[in-house]
Amino acid sequence: MVYDVAIIGAGVVGTLIARAFSKYDMNVVLIEKTADVAMGTTKANSGIVHAGFDAQSGTMKAKLNVRGCALMEDLCKELFVPYEKNGSLVVAFNDQELETIKVLYDRGITNGVPDMEIIDAAKLRELEPNISEEAKGALWAKSAGIVSPYELAIAAAECACGNGVEFKRNFDVDAITFADGVFSVKCKCGCEVAAKVVINAAGLGAAEIAKKFNGEEYEVIGRLGEYGLLDRSCAGTCSHTIFQCPNEMGKGVLVTPSCHHNILVGPSSVNVDDVDDMSVRVGALRQIFATAQKSVPIVSTRDMITSFAGIRAHHVDDDFIITPAKDNDKFINLIGIESPGLASSPAIAEYVEEMVINTIGKPVEKANYNPSRKAPVVFRELPPEKQEALIAENPAYARVICRCETITEGEIRDAIKAPAGAIDIDGVKRRTRAGMGRCQGGFCGSKVLEILAEELNLPKEDITKFGGESKIIYERTK
Amino acid sequence: MSKILNYDLVVVGGGPAGMAAALSAMDNGIPEENIIILERADRLGGILEQCIHTGFGLTYFGEELSGPEYAQRFIDLVEKTKIAVKTDTMVLNLTKDNQVICSNRDDGIYTINAKAIILAMGCRERPRGALDIAGSRPAGVMSAGAAQKYVNIDGYMPGHKVVILGSGDIGLIMARRMTLEGAKVECVCEVMPYSGGLQRNIVQCLEDFDIPLYLSCTVIQVHGKDRVTGVTIANVDDKMLPIPGTERYIECDTLMLSVGLIPENELSQQIGLEMDPVTRGPKVNEMRETSHKGVFACGNVLQVHDLVDFVTQESQIAGKGAAQFIKGAPEPEYVNCKGINGVRYTVPQRINKNNEEEVKIYFRVANVYKDKRVVVTVGGKELWNRKKIKLAPGEMENVFIKPEDLKEMKAGDEIVVSVEEA
Repeated sequence: MVYDVAIIGAGVVGTLIARAFSKYDMNVVLIEKTADVAMGTTKANSGIVHAGFDAQSGTMKAKLNVRGCALMEDLCKELFVPYEKNGSLVVAFNDQELETIKVLYDRGITNGVPDMEIIDAAKLRELEPNISEEAKGALWAKSAGIVSPYELAIAAAECACGNGVEFKRNFDVDAITFADGVFSVKCKCGCEVAAKVVINAAGLGAAEIAKKFNGEEYEVIGRLGEYGLLDRSCAGTCSHTIFQCPNEMGKGVLVTPSCHHNILVGPSSVNVDDVDDMSVRVGALRQIFATAQKSVPIVSTRDMITSFAGIRAHHVDDDFIITPAKDNDKFINLIGIESPGLASSPAIAEYVEEMVINTIGKPVEKANYNPSRKAPVVFRELPPEKQEALIAENPAYARVICRCETITEGEIRDAIKAPAGAIDIDGVKRRTRAGMGRCQGGFCGSKVLEILAEELNLPKEDITKFGGESKIIYERTK
Repeated sequence: MSKILNYDLVVVGGGPAGMAAALSAMDNGIPEENIIILERADRLGGILEQCIHTGFGLTYFGEELSGPEYAQRFIDLVEKTKIAVKTDTMVLNLTKDNQVICSNRDDGIYTINAKAIILAMGCRERPRGALDIAGSRPAGVMSAGAAQKYVNIDGYMPGHKVVILGSGDIGLIMARRMTLEGAKVECVCEVMPYSGGLQRNIVQCLEDFDIPLYLSCTVIQVHGKDRVTGVTIANVDDKMLPIPGTERYIECDTLMLSVGLIPENELSQQIGLEMDPVTRGPKVNEMRETSHKGVFACGNVLQVHDLVDFVTQESQIAGKGAAQFIKGAPEPEYVNCKGINGVRYTVPQRINKNNEEEVKIYFRVANVYKDKRVVVTVGGKELWNRKKIKLAPGEMENVFIKPEDLKEMKAGDEIVVSVEEA
């Protein structure tokens, strides 16, 4: 079969593009190198919906960020994704930085960012009582928000696959050729996908895939960002996303609430050669927390429940490159989708959709397209009468598997059965939060493994943490 | 409308603490049919069910039992009574008027009105994230307790070449267990200059198997993309920071963590119990009553114990206290307890001066001490002292307060436990 569109990469950008095309009467395939959606840059970033004043005016970043930020709230509602418009603050600590935030404000106006205000130290402290005494003022952007990035990608994939998109996991692209109007995308395992249009949304791997297709070279640098996540008992630390003034390596270290009431501290920013190595460097967290304490002195590694690192693809021109391949307008490259890539993702999907339609003409829309997905059950957040009704329908919702986050067996089974559902421990974790809490899966890990083995009809020892060779257990004891 | 039940006493947790507390409440006059135990696992016994090694019961029963044997003695006792037991049942909420809201597959969500509640939820292991260990996040990093469940309950090997970080008792026990199952345990690293585990476990689990214990040493980096392929360890200085130049790489497929236990107090915090920042459990009086009237706590949810025998004894006190409360007890007059000078905390944190029995104050020390005295003073006056050849953070200690001494104290007095020169 020849697909109408093949999308490479199931991060937040790829999945939203897949959803965009799933409303048309066409055959769409979403190809992913790893075992699950949201496994690359999407999995490990700040989860910020930036307002859009950072990027230089006139760039793709500026344009798509402001548009994406405007689209995000409704999109998240439609897809049942945790989102909060909590507003952001860029804090200034001296006269020079007070000038910097004015520059950011003016740039925001030019970029079309709504609802910004420059506030003094008193107002800042009223908004954020735990802010450093050294803070002199801030740029307050009320349109900024926070979103759960991997849940957005998971939701978009569920929506797309619910509308007929095919999801191919563990499809590591080896070669792409073009003949007679059809692309042939070959996997390292030997299987092959044929498609009339290819969208290269492979994130960190996008430059390599572009090169594999026609030798085109993009100058992309992998930039590592490390984070520490604090226990929910620290939830009162701050309510806005608190930035320091930006520098040449990006937007600096931030302190922000997450959608799930943890506090996130980070990222660092260092250029790396190996984009597959998401290791936290020795000593990095001590540095990050020391920097973060400049704006919010009470954050401490003592309250950390986990640390992680992500890598973003930075293009030397410091912009998103979204463009057809040289000599082939049906092969579209998305290169350098780093921050504000998450904030921009709904707008990137819209932009790519329009680009393809301009080339191939507008396809017929499906009559039965569903822009949403089945609302996931979040047992812990339901009122008691709804909890009871659910249990009456399915007693698996009465059995709590993850004690720290109160996640039930029913929710875990739902996550596995969903379109493009979970097939490993981390997949269950990202979809349900089982294992995200204080004990980090110490108690529930073996139970989740059992449920996965049962639902997928696999032996327990075949269940992995995140695909590949990430086995949890080996042979039986003697 | 959900089901509402009424019980005199609700015990949250059916491990050794919960069972002993329920039985003790019965022995102290609460009708057995008015007591219920709620347990989230599918059977009673708690973590003892996976502790198949011996060493349990030496103090309480005067014989050496395995964990499941020790638990079974109490399960048998509970089963002979009319104490209600609900397994596979999770407590979702506690309310300030002593209601317990819980959920299970058979009954759905229901509410229990209780005259008294005993919290006996136990503790959990500190995860990797709480430590500043750099590197990747592959499969094969697990808590020693999780590994113990895979091996002893599920019957699977969680790894073949193991490094253990932390010399807490579970880590030591698992070093031996994995060795007996055919795995190679490369070493146990302990960041402190001494082990946090029992001396007998260091001898029986490490020395007997030639497993090296590296003190003042920690894991600074995890290697491996999918599964652990090795770790980098390094010696640490007296501020517990890695010393450059001492790093070495050890090939392994598993990193087991035994880096401390944390009482599981989510429910306690829901009703705003006053907590002790050192024990991370509620503050209690000598009957183990928390800052909330009618709510008691015992076992590892209150303070992490090294021996289950002590958990049993403590829980019997809590059961008795709950029984007295239900039957109606006079208003207490409190004296406070605290530890200084090398004594990290005391349990209880306060004592009713009108108590008519001897009170044991439990405590742990902050460091390893040799040839010192443990001293108890009230208002600067020495009440009690005893010479100790060795004190270690891994071993829980206790001192006694006699009722006649308590009577002489005034409400608000402070009982101070300290380590002094011999």
